[in-house]
Amino acid sequence: MKFALFTGCVAKGATRELMLSTMKSAEGLGIEFVEMKSASCCGAGVVSEKNPLLADALNARTISIAEEQGLDLVTICSTCQGILKKTECHVDSDPAYKEKVNTVLEEGGHQYAGGKVKIQHFANVLGTEEGLTLLRDKVKRPLTGLKTAAFYGCYVLRPSELSLYEDPDNPTGMEEIFKILGATPVYYESRTKCCGFPIIMMNKDASHDMAGNALIDAIDSGADCVVTGCPLCHLSLDAYQPEIDKMNKKGCSIPVLHLPQLVALALGYSPQELGMDKHIISTTRLDKILA
Amino acid sequence: MITFKIKRYNPEKQAEPYFEEFQLGETDDLTLLDCLNQIKWTLDGSLTYRMSCRSAICGSCAVKANGHAILACQKQASQLVKDNDTITLEPLGNMKPIKDLAVDFKPFWDKVDKVNPYLQPSKKSPEKETKQSPEQFKLIDDASTCIMCGACYSDCNVLEVDDNFLGPAALAKAQRFVQDSRDGNTLARVKELSKPGGIWDCTHCGECVERCPKPAEPFDRIKEIMTVALEQGVTNNNGARHALSFTKSVKSSGSLNENIIPVESVGFFNAKGLFDLLPVGLRMLFKGKNPPILHKSIDDVDDVKRIYRELNE
Repeated sequence: MKFALFTGCVAKGATRELMLSTMKSAEGLGIEFVEMKSASCCGAGVVSEKNPLLADALNARTISIAEEQGLDLVTICSTCQGILKKTECHVDSDPAYKEKVNTVLEEGGHQYAGGKVKIQHFANVLGTEEGLTLLRDKVKRPLTGLKTAAFYGCYVLRPSELSLYEDPDNPTGMEEIFKILGATPVYYESRTKCCGFPIIMMNKDASHDMAGNALIDAIDSGADCVVTGCPLCHLSLDAYQPEIDKMNKKGCSIPVLHLPQLVALALGYSPQELGMDKHIISTTRLDKILA
Repeated sequence: MITFKIKRYNPEKQAEPYFEEFQLGETDDLTLLDCLNQIKWTLDGSLTYRMSCRSAICGSCAVKANGHAILACQKQASQLVKDNDTITLEPLGNMKPIKDLAVDFKPFWDKVDKVNPYLQPSKKSPEKETKQSPEQFKLIDDASTCIMCGACYSDCNVLEVDDNFLGPAALAKAQRFVQDSRDGNTLARVKELSKPGGIWDCTHCGECVERCPKPAEPFDRIKEIMTVALEQGVTNNNGARHALSFTKSVKSSGSLNENIIPVESVGFFNAKGLFDLLPVGLRMLFKGKNPPILHKSIDDVDDVKRIYRELNE
């Protein structure tokens, strides 16, 4: 399997362990990623607050780069995934708008064709029949006994028309991956909710409350760790967990992994190789479960 | 046979809500509301819920089915059946139940009222009608379809933790006036809507779009107000500064500069805001998790800059 990899910004910045573990997962699975080094930030639904056409032009440019590479595009961030799919929908559903966007792209040598490449989150790729078979064949260290709580990230689920999950209100794709890795999925209500990250600069208390409610729900449901496909969710749930812990009477402490870290652990990589020592909430308690 | 597991509540008889199950045999082609009526008319006359038009026009019959808000008259019961042929019904969220599936809409209406949901023209009323072009009407067409059913309000992730948030329905209603060509109060409106509890407190979860039974799709309307607020220069708040800083960062390097955006979002002269950023910043620095100090541009950033120029950004 060979894909154009859209890394997104945060996997190159505040969650570099996501990039590291993605590349280790790919290496272990024999997946070839061609990094899209000239692709811009997706805008995270924020650039479109300023100028919707600008956001769509930047993202159509990104998709056109994958089209030029002749490779399906893979994201490792739920937000990037949803935002790129939104642009695809905006441009594909309105021929006049598509022409307008392509006029903007023309001078740069790019043209968005549409319908030529798939835009998929890494979790969607692993969740295909081919992906699950590959995982099944390559698991070296089954994660037996590890209770894992998926946290999907809003943008891969909503709006449901653009989601790649069959039932976005009750998705099972990540949990299916967990089972193949030998882990035990924990189903809890908050797994499809918002982590609060988009308003962390505007309404910190509400943001932390949202993240805290999800973490406590996962803990109360018996999870050993939360696993997310979104680096922004990871920041909200891990980097700000000390604040969340202080806000909650019951306290709150649970490691949060990126999905590729969980995958690569099962492929036999060590936590250090996957940057798990970079997490704010220590993941060492998971070592004991997996020992 | 479908089992309806309904959350019952009557504070005059029992303080705590409880679930009661009802079963119906012939449910083919029946909407969920038809089923509720069957239960009320044939099994338990005390079951309480709101309804009126039965045609997805009045917005009265919104309830939570299997955890998510829907209009009971808009969905076939057979489409909602989950495991064990059961549908779980609860009152809408984020509002207090009054009895069974009926909730108190007062906070919802109070918030709609707060956005001044009526035209405030700057000119004197014309002798005849005020005309709108199809393009002008298109800007407010979607928001105008809102039937005030409360489904978006029920499932809003921010309202679950912050009562102060105006919520998706009121903000969608606000957009309908912010972008109405006949209204003369745009600046004052977006100033008010940019305050805490307004547009910038929306967390982008998309639940409101998912639950909206009409094309009103509140999150998209909220974003339209944000764009107008920025165009009108209402930028002295963290949300607007964040949008401007983000857009500027992508312009200069093609990617996010995560070190600069938090600082620019709270404002360079906001001592408390900057101080609040310190703990997480230091924590990340200590773990070697801080974004690189030297921010790297993407390849071919010049093309991104050209796109910005072409779109006058």
